[in-house]
Amino acid sequence: MEPLTWTGNMGDVLDPILGITAIALLLTSVLAIVMSFATTTERVTVNPDGTIAAQPGLRGLTAKAQVYSLYAFLATVVAYIVTGMVVGWQGGGIVGGAMQAFTPVWISLVVLFVASFYYKRKLGLYGKLFDSTIGMIGFGLVMFWVFTAFYAGIFDMIYMHDPLTQVSGMKNKVPGTPMPDVDAAPYPFYLLGGDNLARDVFSRMVLGSTIVMQIAPLATLFAFMVGITLGLPAGYYGGKLDTVLSFMANLILAFPVILLFYLLVTPEIVLTGLPNYMALILFIFPLIFVGVLINSRYRTQPKTRNLYLGIAMAVGGLIYLSLVMDQGAPKPIFRLWPGGLDLFDIPGQVLIVFVSVVFVNSPTVFRIVRGLTLDIKTRDYVAAAQTRGETPWYIMLWEILPNARGPLIVDFCLRIGYTTILLGTLGFFGLGLPPESPDWGTTINDGRRLLSVFPHPAIVPAVALLSLVLGLNLLADGLREESLRD
Amino acid sequence: MGLFILRRLGVMILTALCLTFIVFTLTNLEPNLEKLAKNQANARMTDDQVISWLDNRGYNDPMLIKYGRWLGVLPHFTREEDGEVVYSRCATPGTTIEEAGSFCGVLQGNWGWSTVFQNEVLEILGVRGWQTAKLMFFVMLVMVPGALIVGVLAGMKEGSKLDRSLSTFSIGTTATPEYVSGVIFISLLASPMIGPNWFVGSAQTAMDNITFENFTLPVLTIALYGMGYIARMTRASMTEVMTAQYIRTARLKGVSFQQIVLKHALRNALIAPFTVIMLQLPWLLNGVVIVETLFNFKGFGWTLVQAAGNNDIELLLGVSIISVVVVLVTQLISDIGYVFLNPRIRIA
Repeated sequence: MEPLTWTGNMGDVLDPILGITAIALLLTSVLAIVMSFATTTERVTVNPDGTIAAQPGLRGLTAKAQVYSLYAFLATVVAYIVTGMVVGWQGGGIVGGAMQAFTPVWISLVVLFVASFYYKRKLGLYGKLFDSTIGMIGFGLVMFWVFTAFYAGIFDMIYMHDPLTQVSGMKNKVPGTPMPDVDAAPYPFYLLGGDNLARDVFSRMVLGSTIVMQIAPLATLFAFMVGITLGLPAGYYGGKLDTVLSFMANLILAFPVILLFYLLVTPEIVLTGLPNYMALILFIFPLIFVGVLINSRYRTQPKTRNLYLGIAMAVGGLIYLSLVMDQGAPKPIFRLWPGGLDLFDIPGQVLIVFVSVVFVNSPTVFRIVRGLTLDIKTRDYVAAAQTRGETPWYIMLWEILPNARGPLIVDFCLRIGYTTILLGTLGFFGLGLPPESPDWGTTINDGRRLLSVFPHPAIVPAVALLSLVLGLNLLADGLREESLRD
Repeated sequence: MGLFILRRLGVMILTALCLTFIVFTLTNLEPNLEKLAKNQANARMTDDQVISWLDNRGYNDPMLIKYGRWLGVLPHFTREEDGEVVYSRCATPGTTIEEAGSFCGVLQGNWGWSTVFQNEVLEILGVRGWQTAKLMFFVMLVMVPGALIVGVLAGMKEGSKLDRSLSTFSIGTTATPEYVSGVIFISLLASPMIGPNWFVGSAQTAMDNITFENFTLPVLTIALYGMGYIARMTRASMTEVMTAQYIRTARLKGVSFQQIVLKHALRNALIAPFTVIMLQLPWLLNGVVIVETLFNFKGFGWTLVQAAGNNDIELLLGVSIISVVVVLVTQLISDIGYVFLNPRIRIA
């Protein structure tokens, strides 16, 4: 079979259009910036009937040109996606094949965007996101990877080759190379080429997203639980508690992150059981958080309180013990819990990665929550709650925390991105995850040795990671802008 | 002011002691020592032999005592047989047991012996640190003016097209970690396969001879990631200043926009970024480690990777001291500098 070209037959039509629209977008953007300096703001003229009208002038014209060329560019991109979905690699080359592979993701994205757009006025802050272009682009990028991870991880869709299978003759092959044995292969091409162990770069990139999506949001959530549970009382009570906790947070923050990773994520440390001990401490915070949350809310109705608290503690406790206890752990204390009730074991290497990422992130969250609490506790509604005789924890969790949600949600998005970067860093140094793991950091590390000769095995996961983190940052920016607008 | 600095110094020393103790504990855990013993003496030692080897060198003493010895506040380990000293930790290769003093810790300037490089730790750190200092100098030269210009341009007219474009650019750079931008730069600019082959994808030759071809990419890679953050802080500070009353007064007086930005706003807007730039230094350390590994530039970060990867305990401790001290000193400078620069803060 012939090797695929990048865009195949559909490129004959679409490639020139893409080129033209891209150049037009670039030119109009530069022009719009220049015009915003060179010309004055819109002139307001008063009509004879008493109404006033703004004259957009040259500046308005360039702004309009920029918007239209952006639409044209986006329309061309959509044309690539739609054509690719229909014709596949037969007519669309590598891009066509990849677009067809992502078909379920595109459909889900369209459904999600149409539904959200339709109901955006009823959806609160999430709905407002669809008023900002930056926010929508960011949300689209993030959801693209979320859906990709979902379909690839659960339904085994999207990717076509096994991420670990090595096919002889495919080592370091350029994108679009046909398989040596086309009839036996699940897909006739390596869409984005082969890596230095003759594995499919495209499939590894797709499956890499599942690993990131499993670890990054959950680790960030845990870091937030730790940071909130400690930051609220530190800010609210102040005094000695604040001094001690802040000192400890600063201690961790003064550590260069990479040094900390090198100290924590080594096989020797796993042998000492340190990750298990850290998991024991760090994972109890979500449990405490939920417990205090329920207790402070239903303190006055003991029956309801006992019911909710009992359910939460039973479920949470089981998950906590399953998380922490590990039948294969090096120290006997972690094997105390009976194996039958130990629902799942996290492999030691993944656990240490998870724990160290939570550990690195929580002091920063602590500082943010502490600062917000210091600010909010001087408000009138807090004083009102104190006068009502509410308990301190009720005030912290049900008065202060909900009012601090705006900045916290924004930081949550940013922090998932940062956690993704940290995971990539760990992979880049070959720490933690097993060396054949398809996660992006490890794959970049694999590919970097032959970077100047065969760039594709490293550049594909690099661009994937970049797009996800960029999406999260843009999303955070959009959310910040929209939440400030209230 | 004197009291403020003194108190900050006290906290700093306490933090440094805590941090070095943590590093010391983590590097002197049982499995590390066992590996060290097998590495140094004989890879096929039995467990008993390992224990006696460690015993004979004082590795099995309590952690706090070992830490005190390493720091140089406790006399170092000596082993006596029949009333005669047969082993002293202070006796480095080249000195006899009699010549060695009883205190030989970090405070005495004895940072130990690197098992990987077979050299004095202090000497290695000096050589490698100098390489990294050169890298950092160029990074600062690119990053700080670049970030300030971007930030000021974006912040002088909030919400303008220029602001939008530059802010998006800043977000883009903060979303691109060094290992991503480095990979993209090398494949696009230093590979014969895709784009123009303008630069060299390795900075190995830059250690003796810095040229435009071999040093641009590593410097740019580190600078870009740090730049976005500083630029955003500068922008925030600039927009805040531009809405201040005195700027409005200047505008109402009819001062030109250029004059307002350069003469009235800029000086006040640059106070906050100073702190941010100082606090960014420790973050650059991450970038240094990644970039030195990616571009094969044998500096401080490369030494960290080698020391950690090869269980070189004393070298790793030395690296940790340097990085922790760098972090703490920059924090101190940023605190003091902020007070000096900002006349609105007065500390008795």
